[in-house]
Amino acid sequence: MTTKKLKVATTSLAGCFGCHMSFLDIDERLFTLLEHIEFDRSPLTDIKTVSPDCDIGIIEGGLCNAENVHVLRDFRKNCKVLIAIGACAINGGLPAQRNHLSLPTILEEVYHTSPGLSNGLIPNDPELPLPLNKVHPIHEVVEVDYFIPGCPPSGDAIWKVLTDLLAGRQPELGHGLMHYD
Amino acid sequence: MSQYFTLDGQSIPFAEGQTILQAAQQAGVFIPHLCYHPEFKPHGSCKLCTVKVNGRHTASCTMRAVAGMTVESDTEEINAERRALTQMLFVEGNHFCPSCEKSGNCQLQATAYHLGMMSPHFDHFFPNRPVDASHPDVLLDFNRCILCSLCVRASRDVDGKNVFALSGRGIGTHLIVNAKSGRLADTDFTLSDKAAQVCPVGVILKKRQGFAVPIGERRYDKAPIGAPVETTEGR
Repeated sequence: MTTKKLKVATTSLAGCFGCHMSFLDIDERLFTLLEHIEFDRSPLTDIKTVSPDCDIGIIEGGLCNAENVHVLRDFRKNCKVLIAIGACAINGGLPAQRNHLSLPTILEEVYHTSPGLSNGLIPNDPELPLPLNKVHPIHEVVEVDYFIPGCPPSGDAIWKVLTDLLAGRQPELGHGLMHYD
Repeated sequence: MSQYFTLDGQSIPFAEGQTILQAAQQAGVFIPHLCYHPEFKPHGSCKLCTVKVNGRHTASCTMRAVAGMTVESDTEEINAERRALTQMLFVEGNHFCPSCEKSGNCQLQATAYHLGMMSPHFDHFFPNRPVDASHPDVLLDFNRCILCSLCVRASRDVDGKNVFALSGRGIGTHLIVNAKSGRLADTDFTLSDKAAQVCPVGVILKKRQGFAVPIGERRYDKAPIGAPVETTEGR
């Protein structure tokens, strides 16, 4: 009979969901993939919590606030293999372009001093996650097993890494699939 | 008469006075490098071209070839060291390829691809390095500087202008512009300078041409660095 399907969870932290869109670009190969995996927590399923027996966790985006860190640690705890996907997860990407500015300066400018703001208040609802002083790539906080670079990586690159992993091979992206841009 | 040394088991001819890297390039064998440029005196600082000569590490851009020497270059061990050096270069600066005009034409990026660098591995420094957009024709984005000194050498040795210099020591080393104000606009730097042509990364950028060639159709998008080799002779 068929072997047990691998559980795959995915999330986007400080990312734009572009890597998830690119994941969908594997197109009809999704059906082949679904013969081998089932989705756990993911924007694709809308399941909100990671099962404790997940096989693969795929993380898009870096860490820009406290909630990102909690979610990332939750994924690390519950997934046997963790994959960083895309520039933001790997080096902070676009959100990290704020790293040379102080957080108070940014909040001041965005909510107080930018032209066209009337009565701007810096949001402080206790439900809002606190922003981090700097945006960090995820390998600076948890152990990451594999990386798929790109902004976003192409559907073909994602397919290559996933099929390599499913076949028990060390994932490798050759020329054409390996991109940081 | 040519003499020979052995590079990864292949016999490489060389002329008296040639370095290992020069002889290898002439023979069509690629050795990764960033601060080496055939038109300038070697600087020996990036260490990407490190090889093992008779079992000892050395920079192949500064080491003269000697008849009968045994050189290892394309080995798992040396490439892992090169990959670690490249990762350090990435985390020391701000190398955000998706927003860089040089992406696809960048030697640092292409070398990282060549070495199979899947992640930066180390913690990022995220240094604060303001850009200099003062010059009418050229943008200086210091975030991407890898201190190869090619612009320093080109401006000094070819242009005779001494526009650039490396200042500070150790981890504090940084590229400066030789003007009282520190601004490129206050030098005699022009677009036709050799120093404007040699940057291997995205520091010295010609204004108003950023994405004339779209990403995906650039030099290293078409063919990886080192293959086909920038060679002066056929293989």
